[in-house]
Amino acid sequence: MTTPAQPASSASETIVGDPTDTAEHVIEHPELDRPVVFTQAELGWVPWLEPLPESEFEERHWAGLVDASRAKSPYFALLARDPEILGARTRTDKDIFYNAKEGLPRAERELAATATSRHNGCIFCASVHSRFASHHSKRSDDVQRLLDEGTDAALDPRWRAIVDASVALASTPVALTAGHVAELRAQGLDELEIADVIHGAAFFSWANRLMLSLGEPEAPQG
Amino acid sequence: MTTIAPPDVIDELLGVTPGSAIDELRARRPVTRANAQASYDALFTPEHPGTVSAVERFAVAAFVTGLHASAATQQYYAEQLANAATAPVAAESARALPQAVAAELGAARTSGPYGAYPAGPLSVEDRDGLRYRVAPERRDVLGARLASALEHAHLLVFRPREASPAALQALLDAGWSTSDIVTLSQLVAFLTFQIRVVAGLELLS
Repeated sequence: MTTPAQPASSASETIVGDPTDTAEHVIEHPELDRPVVFTQAELGWVPWLEPLPESEFEERHWAGLVDASRAKSPYFALLARDPEILGARTRTDKDIFYNAKEGLPRAERELAATATSRHNGCIFCASVHSRFASHHSKRSDDVQRLLDEGTDAALDPRWRAIVDASVALASTPVALTAGHVAELRAQGLDELEIADVIHGAAFFSWANRLMLSLGEPEAPQG
Repeated sequence: MTTIAPPDVIDELLGVTPGSAIDELRARRPVTRANAQASYDALFTPEHPGTVSAVERFAVAAFVTGLHASAATQQYYAEQLANAATAPVAAESARALPQAVAAELGAARTSGPYGAYPAGPLSVEDRDGLRYRVAPERRDVLGARLASALEHAHLLVFRPREASPAALQALLDAGWSTSDIVTLSQLVAFLTFQIRVVAGLELLS
């Protein structure tokens, strides 16, 4: 036996399997302080698989990160193991959420992301995007009610229509109907804004599954 | 990989024609449109395929889109799997995969999301549902690697909140490397996006 490779993240993790191999094992976190409710607080996230060590990054891995600073994030450093899809995924994400010169206001894109994450059960994604939804809408209490009570929580008609459409789109099989689209139109959304709801909610079907399946959230420290 | 990617898979699945309302709507989000296709290319016609084969990629895709029962998308990936399984580079054993994947879908379809939360206040929202396993009589045809991938894909599609280190260990035990698991996770998760973009935009056309 040689010395086990030192993992990148917390000191409380346990490597399962052959510790001499730097990648082919899962990482458990037996002492982790896990969040057990949906929250707008800032959570940590720890990986269940070994991120790509920065020493092994080549040009295509840096390109896949899009922002080089993301190499410090265990989530993005793990996804950098397949850098081409990471790069395309990141550019999709940024355009859907940050390209707000026209179309749906940013707050409501974040609302669609929050509702989808609440429905799929992604405590980490819901924390990030509920904070963004609160920040951009200044409606933290409404956002918190959605987290506390679930996607049926009382909301005004426009937010109700966006949440209902997002939840229906997140369901499998997809349950979005012409009725949901008609309700979005009735609440004043034009075609581009409705397409933005669809893209924001659809993207979180993707993001939730990565965050939920490759690691887990950690409660705020202190 | 030998598959020739069409110019834009989402357009193809929607039957978008140049100048139509959906074409013009998608043209207003050119970066989203281009990167949805770039994502497809990275997953299904990769420049660096690593150790995940084309047959494996399309077999998982045929299964995931079949679970969603979305007609056009399901048919598209079933055809891609049939092509990959009969390509000259594919193993002889791959010929039986399209039928095996289609047979698995019968016992795998359900509705979600469901599953258990971490024990605590959210436990009142726990909802039980199908815990799919590949049929014993098809394990040999699919092989350990693909059988474990289908079981993991089912977890990700229907009860992602129940994902666990043990689920990843099952993939490692079946021969998926850490990097392979990243690719597999992206592939399943991307398809849940692509299916929903198509389903949503279809209602706007």
